Amino acid sequence: MTSDRTALGVPDLSLVVLVGTTGSGKSTFALRHFAPTEVLSSDFFRALVADDENDQSATPDAFEVLHYVAGKRLAAGRLTVVDATNVQAESRRRLVALAREYDVLPVAIVLDIPEKVCAQRNAGRPDRADLPGHVLPRQRRELRRSIASLQREGFRKVHLLRSVEQVEAAEIVLEKRYNDLRHLTGPFDIVGDIHGCREELEALLARLGYEFTRDARRRAVGARHPGGRTAVFVGDLVDRGPDSPGVLRLVMGMVAEGHALCVPGNHENKLGRYLKGRKVQHTHGLAETVEQLAVESEGFRAEVAEFIESLVSHYVLDGGRLVVCHAGLPEKYHGRTSGRVRSFALYGDTTGETDEYGLPVRYPWAEDYRGRAAVVYGHTPVPSTSWINNTICLDTGCVFGGRMTALRWPERELVDVPARKVWYEPVRPLVPDAPGGSEGRPLDLGDVTGRRVVETSRHGRVAVREENAAAALEVMSRFAVDPRWLVYLPPTMAPCATSREDGFLEYPDEAFEAFRAEGVARVVCEEKHMGSRAVVLVCRDAETARERFGVLDGTTGAVYTRTGRPFFDDAEVTEEVLARLRRAVDGAGLWGELADRAPGSPGRGAPAAGSAPAAGSAPAAGSAPAAGSAPAAGSAPAVPAPGGWLLLDAELLPWSLKASGLLRKQYAAVGAAARAVFPAALSALEAAAERGVEVAGLLERQREREADASAFRDAYRRYCWTVDGLDGVRLAPFQLLAAPGRSLALGPHDEQLAWIDRLVEADRAAAHTDGRPPLLMRTARLPVDTGDPASTAAGTKWWLDLTTAGGEGMVVKPLQGFARGERGIVQPGIKCRGREYLRIIYGPEYTRPEHLARLRSRSLGHKRSLALREYALGLEALDRLAAGEPLWRVHEAVFAVLALESEPVDPRL
Amino acid sequence: MFLTISTTGDESSPATDLGFVLHKHPEKAQRFSTSYGEAYVFYPEASRRRCTAALLLDVDPVALVRRGKGKGRGGAPDSALAQYVNDRPYAASSLLAVALRTVFASALKGRCEARPELAERALPLSIEVPALPAKGGVELARRLFEPLGWAVEAEPVVLDERFPEWGPSRYVRLVLSGRARVADALRHLYVLLPVLDDAKHYWVAEDEVDKLLRAGEGWLDEHPEQALITRRYLARRWALTRQAMERLELARLAEADDTEADDLDNAVDEAADTEEKPVPLAQRRREAILDALRDAGAGRVLDLGCGQGQLVGAMLKESRFSEVVGVDVSVRALKEASRRLRLDRLPERQAARVRLIQGSLAYTDTRLKGYDAAVLSEVIEHVDLPRLPALEYAVFKAARPGTVVVTTPNAEYNVRWESLPAGHVRHADHRFEWDREQFGAWARRVGRRYGYGVELRPVGPDDPEVGPPTQMALFTRTAADGTTRPASDASTTAPSATAPPTTAPSATAPSSTVTTTPVTTTPVTPVTKREEGTR
Repeated sequence: MTSDRTALGVPDLSLVVLVGTTGSGKSTFALRHFAPTEVLSSDFFRALVADDENDQSATPDAFEVLHYVAGKRLAAGRLTVVDATNVQAESRRRLVALAREYDVLPVAIVLDIPEKVCAQRNAGRPDRADLPGHVLPRQRRELRRSIASLQREGFRKVHLLRSVEQVEAAEIVLEKRYNDLRHLTGPFDIVGDIHGCREELEALLARLGYEFTRDARRRAVGARHPGGRTAVFVGDLVDRGPDSPGVLRLVMGMVAEGHALCVPGNHENKLGRYLKGRKVQHTHGLAETVEQLAVESEGFRAEVAEFIESLVSHYVLDGGRLVVCHAGLPEKYHGRTSGRVRSFALYGDTTGETDEYGLPVRYPWAEDYRGRAAVVYGHTPVPSTSWINNTICLDTGCVFGGRMTALRWPERELVDVPARKVWYEPVRPLVPDAPGGSEGRPLDLGDVTGRRVVETSRHGRVAVREENAAAALEVMSRFAVDPRWLVYLPPTMAPCATSREDGFLEYPDEAFEAFRAEGVARVVCEEKHMGSRAVVLVCRDAETARERFGVLDGTTGAVYTRTGRPFFDDAEVTEEVLARLRRAVDGAGLWGELADRAPGSPGRGAPAAGSAPAAGSAPAAGSAPAAGSAPAAGSAPAVPAPGGWLLLDAELLPWSLKASGLLRKQYAAVGAAARAVFPAALSALEAAAERGVEVAGLLERQREREADASAFRDAYRRYCWTVDGLDGVRLAPFQLLAAPGRSLALGPHDEQLAWIDRLVEADRAAAHTDGRPPLLMRTARLPVDTGDPASTAAGTKWWLDLTTAGGEGMVVKPLQGFARGERGIVQPGIKCRGREYLRIIYGPEYTRPEHLARLRSRSLGHKRSLALREYALGLEALDRLAAGEPLWRVHEAVFAVLALESEPVDPRL
Repeated sequence: MFLTISTTGDESSPATDLGFVLHKHPEKAQRFSTSYGEAYVFYPEASRRRCTAALLLDVDPVALVRRGKGKGRGGAPDSALAQYVNDRPYAASSLLAVALRTVFASALKGRCEARPELAERALPLSIEVPALPAKGGVELARRLFEPLGWAVEAEPVVLDERFPEWGPSRYVRLVLSGRARVADALRHLYVLLPVLDDAKHYWVAEDEVDKLLRAGEGWLDEHPEQALITRRYLARRWALTRQAMERLELARLAEADDTEADDLDNAVDEAADTEEKPVPLAQRRREAILDALRDAGAGRVLDLGCGQGQLVGAMLKESRFSEVVGVDVSVRALKEASRRLRLDRLPERQAARVRLIQGSLAYTDTRLKGYDAAVLSEVIEHVDLPRLPALEYAVFKAARPGTVVVTTPNAEYNVRWESLPAGHVRHADHRFEWDREQFGAWARRVGRRYGYGVELRPVGPDDPEVGPPTQMALFTRTAADGTTRPASDASTTAPSATAPPTTAPSATAPSSTVTTTPVTTTPVTPVTKREEGTR
């Protein structure tokens, strides 16, 4: 447009209140400058509640709904325009309050149009023709009275348009909020509280790779990173320490040259008020700063005052993935603008109480944090840093003799330097744990209950129904292992389509065909061990268990069932299994090989983020007694984590070990009943037949039934044997799921099996040395090309041999591991169970033709869908685990798997 | 699915008269259709001296499953009949009793048109059931049949001779001999086979009471086990129907894990048969808790782990408790509580004082913040020791009520329970039981860590040697916040934070546990009284 346009600045997230009499052209104005959905018009809401936009009796209800909708929009961070006369102070007051409630800026745009023009416009509209004559003059009077007071009422911007021409010429210009630096992607080096510790700050920046500029007196007045990184200071530059002016000089220089960003701490805030001449108490280290500043020039003090005045309470960076502030910030305040937000950012959340040292009690806001953006902050000195719910506190108490810490973003590496001395005695000792550190913080119920939708990266949104979540909650709470160990649950698996093959319900052809149809040419058939599913998490040592999983009781892992229950009642047996497994991993040399090999590599994504736990485990402050040694882990490139852990999916044999209750009450009982009844029944029939009674058919049939029952007994007995301690117990791993920083579950199965073979071999060698039977068990396998009839025939023969010899059956998997077909992700495995094994599932006599015919009508759709959803959730849990995401995020996906397991689906599939 | 009835005779009264009484010809094999398969009657022997009639029910296992389904999508996994692997085709269960009634209808009624006098005559009978499911075993079989004049020969059937360590099965081979009218013998079997089986009777119908009365006529009234017979025959059906509808999700989770549904879904104690004995201790515990709450002046109270709501009910009777929230992780327990408290029928003002919600102390829960008091009565011992710190955090730091009342068994007192073998815990689900020293140490540590003062109180008779049966800790909030003490004890938390205060000898494996009545069962009396008294 031309230069006669007038720009009206409006923050891009604000509540815009149009003020003007009826007929002043508000709706036309709103429609011209804003999207239709951004505009909430009182006329529209009157019509909505009363079918008549001019029904004044509906006004209270209409505004109630309008305010409600406006609240929802503002909560979601959407610009909102209220198109109503708003000439009365009362109606505006409610809108200002609404803006404050959602921490956005209220903006007024006043359309001060001559009464005559308004009256003309109203007259031209049939629906307003009978507007009472006194209405317009009254609104005019109220408008005139209002104009002067708008600023005072709380509107941060007031735009006055005093004529039709001005209204015509107006142009809305959306302004970015000061805190919105989403376009800056760094990389960043975020520096924790400094408190006048200039020497340590220079050491830290040097370690981070910054180069200093110095003035004539060799004082650092700026620093830049040759790699173009940006420093971000979380505030509390001053007070308590030896050289607050020196810190200010350096930081101000870096900020001025664009090499750094800085948010204010509560100490800057107080210093700023002091410099403005306000009366403040010289406590908490301000006295030292005042003294140090006294020898500086008047000009420098003025610069400091101006610098502090210019600081913005918090920054949203890196596309919204990172929020930096001094004392933490809940998600609903991110990018918001209000006194409340500023106050939270500066002081954090306090409960209003004070502790025995007279210091305010801080509310552990981070424990409740569930936002997707990482929040990096300081303010609360802690002996060591750790991530909790995607937040991290970088104040490691340098001025109190601790360390000064920086976080590299997006690498999530911690870099720190020790304090040169205790510069200032703390009023109270540092709290021993960072919020949620080693405390064993429980998860929050809100993360798991009710109807939920879990976002998965590979299969979209997976819904969990309320009743299923309720059942999962009971099992998870009462029977499962500690949630910190429970980082994964295996998905259910669908069988192959029902076979038409004579005498068979399942047959390999259907499994091969299913993958061929999905475009998967190469599959691997794996022997299906008949035991109980076991997930094993094994840590290299108790140290790793503590550092990575926060488990303090000395256990080094867990062995749990497919619903998360501990496999062994006796914790010592669990540890023995873990020790044997650990030795196998040692022997196979897999710890280092499987861990994420490039923890320091730049760039975004799971592998890089995965180094967070490793970094967290670096001895950040002198907290862990044993850990004082290794200097600042983060600075050296790609230091392999000393610990290590491995998550495996396995089958634990014999079946009778875990399922003995079920075996005795159900399977063996059926066998016993059959065994007791048939001799008597058959001899009675034989006697009758001998007497010449016509029972030949019945006798024959009962003999067949007896044979079936006998085959059934043979079937379950194959999977039972007596064990003594661990002697006789076998563990057959068939997939490695995750290692530090890495989900392994997507990889090809030939690689998987090669790793596992090495484990089995190492275990065998170790067992041989010890002179006892091995624990681990090999999984037989055969690669098959689904498009080659000779190959699938070989696969079928392999399966027949396997199952004839008493094997349960096989699982056919895409060789490549994770696969995607035309209709989305492909089943990770399809099971094909042997004819004899299925007697345990479908009953002793299922092979009789009349039974098979009926059993063939089984529906697989729900089972397949369930298998895919659980698979996606399992992968999601592993991804989140690898990325070092907070426990609740991992737990959410794991819990959902358990909940889905309680969905109604034919249990025999 | 199989039984034989034999008799002996001589020239004057040949054994083959049995054919007349049963109304089945000894020289023919006859077939009858029943809902679950074909029933056959034939005679393996039929001479004047000895005659045996055999009843064979050829159960169709697939039809059984398909009929057993239908409750909820995907069928009812907990219904015994929904299992393809099912003993019904082999064992002499309730299905056989049904067949008995179908096949021998007139004999059962004592009618014999051809030879009416035969039906009235007591014959020397021998009845053999080779595979009879008997809950209660040989012993109960004797108690049921001997009072009726039968000589009982019964032996348990071994579960699997390949695995002798598995012990006997629940089946017995039963032989009854004695002199009786055939009709009486059949009636005895008709009633007592299902009673011994005690399985879930899908087939129990509305008119079952009448059937029992008819079949039991003349013998059930006098039977010393009449109560047991009646209860088993009839009583469980309603509870079972309800349970089948409520536990599907949990049953599926059990199934996914090769576990029995009862192992997971055990929050509501079903051993409700023996309710009289526990009342004194449960009552005393409740009184002690109410006293503690009154002492604390608590008005808004959480009952964490409220179970079937006995304490909630007791609190509702006192107007000082202005808000009572019962929290339990078991949906079934909550439904049971809601039913017992009759929440849907309470007047609005009363109903406004009480809420029952599903929750878990393994998680923090914002709904639980800001209450005057929280009660954890017989709760902590159901939590695995490694997970106890999470519970402590959820209660003492996150919910942070002014007062916390914790009760738990005193393991020392276990020697005073006569029915409890040494070294066993009182309830199969107890993950540990503490002595007084252990509990005291735990309570003091938790109090120190979270800023609560601790007072320990005995509940029940305080035995000079072993203390009271139940111990109570009364925590009173002292510090404003829940911050950890910074001093020495907190900085050395690493191994000790999760370990039990001292050794926990009683944290034995659940396999060696025995359920005793005193603490576990749940009296309903107080609740019932209140219902009568106040509404």
